[in-house]
Amino acid sequence: MRMSWRVLLCFCVGFAFAACSNANKDGGPAAAPQPKSPQATRLPTGAQSAGEQEDGQWLMPAKNYASTRFSGLNEINAENAKALKVAWTFSTGVNRGHEAAPLVVGDTMYVVTPYPNILYALDLKNPGSVKWKYEPDPAAAAQGVACCDLVNRGAAFADGKIFYNTLDAHTVAVDAATGKEVWKTQVGDINKGETVTMAPIVVKGKVLVGNSGGEFGVRGWIQALGAADGKVVWKAYNAGPDSDVLIGPDFKPFYAKDQGKDLGVSTWPPDAWKIGGGTVWGWISYDPDLNLIYYGSGNPGPWNPDARPGDNKWTCSVIARDADTGAAKWAYQVGPHDLYDWDGINESLLVEIPFNGQQRKVLVRPERDGYVYVIDRATGEVLSAEPFAHLTATKGVDLKTGELAHVEEKKPGTGKVVRDICPAAPGAKDWEPSAFSPQTGLVYIPHQNLCMDFEGVEANYIAGTPYVGANVKMYAGPGDGHRGEFTAWDPVAQRAVWKINERFPVWSGAVVTAGDVVFYGTMDGYFKAVNARTGEVVWQFKVGSGIIGQPVVYKGPDGKEYVAILSGVGGWSGAIVAGGLDPRDPTAALGYVGAMGDLPDYSTKGGMLYVFSLP
Amino acid sequence: MRLARRLAIVFWAAAAALTSASCMREERGFRVSPPPSGRVQTVRLTDFQPGPAQPPEVTQNAYEENAYAVSEGKRLYEQMNCVGCHFHGGGGIGPALMDAHWIYGSDPSQIFSTIVQGRPNGMPSFRNKLNDDEVWKIAAYVRSLSGQVAKDVAPSRSDDMSGPPPESATEKKPPVKSGGIPKSAEMPK
Repeated sequence: MRMSWRVLLCFCVGFAFAACSNANKDGGPAAAPQPKSPQATRLPTGAQSAGEQEDGQWLMPAKNYASTRFSGLNEINAENAKALKVAWTFSTGVNRGHEAAPLVVGDTMYVVTPYPNILYALDLKNPGSVKWKYEPDPAAAAQGVACCDLVNRGAAFADGKIFYNTLDAHTVAVDAATGKEVWKTQVGDINKGETVTMAPIVVKGKVLVGNSGGEFGVRGWIQALGAADGKVVWKAYNAGPDSDVLIGPDFKPFYAKDQGKDLGVSTWPPDAWKIGGGTVWGWISYDPDLNLIYYGSGNPGPWNPDARPGDNKWTCSVIARDADTGAAKWAYQVGPHDLYDWDGINESLLVEIPFNGQQRKVLVRPERDGYVYVIDRATGEVLSAEPFAHLTATKGVDLKTGELAHVEEKKPGTGKVVRDICPAAPGAKDWEPSAFSPQTGLVYIPHQNLCMDFEGVEANYIAGTPYVGANVKMYAGPGDGHRGEFTAWDPVAQRAVWKINERFPVWSGAVVTAGDVVFYGTMDGYFKAVNARTGEVVWQFKVGSGIIGQPVVYKGPDGKEYVAILSGVGGWSGAIVAGGLDPRDPTAALGYVGAMGDLPDYSTKGGMLYVFSLP
Repeated sequence: MRLARRLAIVFWAAAAALTSASCMREERGFRVSPPPSGRVQTVRLTDFQPGPAQPPEVTQNAYEENAYAVSEGKRLYEQMNCVGCHFHGGGGIGPALMDAHWIYGSDPSQIFSTIVQGRPNGMPSFRNKLNDDEVWKIAAYVRSLSGQVAKDVAPSRSDDMSGPPPESATEKKPPVKSGGIPKSAEMPK
């Protein structure tokens, strides 16, 4: 019964989307969509949680629980996007990297800045005017334990409140109407190197939050706070004994390599798990059907792998947990004994795809190691893992064992310089979130084209200081020196459909709409509209500072469609500009400066919101 | 013949001079006394004051004339994780140390006090983590990153992978008079 209802819903959503896109085509009457045509059954669809009615709002950075970043609005389409114009702008007054997604709730837009983490409520009826401003006053010292610029990845709206995290490891709830603080909970300790940069997600009255600090030897965790009062409901570590990781009888990992008792202790040297990383600074998705949340954990510390023999569970892992209790359901360690700082924190797009003639509920993960993993989200089985970037350090994923095969001569260690490791430490793709369109069936992946030299050195743990033990130097991967790529990926055929090369790493998120337009920004300051089917850039606009933010699409109070993006270069990739670093030292900013020496020629800093619409 | 002998004498004398000079360079200055740390308590971070100008902050750190001490400073700089924030001078979490901008002053005593006291925008205090002697050595090394110590004293080769040019090859730039602006001061507070 439940199943047939869902099928019906899929059809309805499919019809609605198809009708929308047809309505926008000038040429002739379009044939009625045939849900049973080969094309329709071949195409993947968004998870049920992504198929909610499009209301023109943007309530969480990933748009929906399935993290598809798909907007059902279609006023702006691939044909007319060339006419896009600036509607209004707003200066945030902050000069560090702006990675956040603005939120749109009713006729108000909410913008969170990097440290000092100001929350602005902007009136959409009187564009750009400030309804109120909330300042959490985070501790200034937190700047000294933020590995990669002072970023914040956004807020979430639920129950009349805006929830977000501050750099000094507090979670705040602010009344969306008045700007008054409802509660503020300290979730971490900057003296141990903990910060919080991720955007929370609100699931069933609980605010899910995780820590940053994988370069400071923190112990990674995720916790749920009551949305009403900010009290801790559950907290799960990503290393340590099973009782701390919330691993119980329900825990059923698919692969033998992930099965066993207290692996979060036994896969480390004694006590190393206490300072071993496994943070949660990226994205969390939620499947209401299975009542599971999905997230990935960060890199183990220190970077020098010689300091931590063993698999280092549960770092660099995809973990599914019960949304109510936090109990682990399954886990898959993508990168056992990580060698290259390949955090597993990237987004999980929840989609349903045909696989071997069967419709499967999967999560799609464009991973830092350069493979797009398609994983059964009920069991944790890897269905496919195909590369989307240039790789020299690994040779593929064995789907039977779930093991990532390494290239022996690319393994780093103490006192050894290993050259030409591709991808580099930020991976083929870092935090910058991709988007999925149920109309094209494609995943739009913003990512990097970088390689590195890596030298392991002795790491000393001193609480509150970096615990890395590596010298790194990055540079452009193969090609004409382009360091960024934007790839449209077919998760069924497991191949790239089109690709755009960019001068700098594409460090901005992507969004795709029912008008078959994809939006993303570049670090040299272009905001682009791309035809979602062909990859043709149909429009671009030069903004003031490079873009590393997340575009959002909304319907304004006047009924028009708008697309908004924060400009303001920075982040790990843009630290050379945001932090005024010296390009003569290629090891600066964990080696990223080596690849970004020319960024100051293309972008200065400065936070500014840009909103575009058709005239 | 005579000429040859004379040349040989000159050669050996030169060689001896060179050798002894390089000995001096590597001399471990067990009796070198860095500035008394009490001096640091009166350190000021600006030359600006009401009334007539007072002499600027100038401290002689004897370790800046001693290659062994500077290399010890480099070892400590790496072991105490200074390198994790400032890297090999280019900066990252913390500001670059190889450029001409000094937020909290470029004088050895100012650097000493920055390390010991910490600074509000993220520089931790290393009080009770290092003794004064070690801090003076780190201070000497920090100044070598921007060419503020003599080239024959600064480290000239890293055993690490090639990063920035050696400290002894860093172009010396006079510190900017007004110092640097803390990154946080560029924000609305």
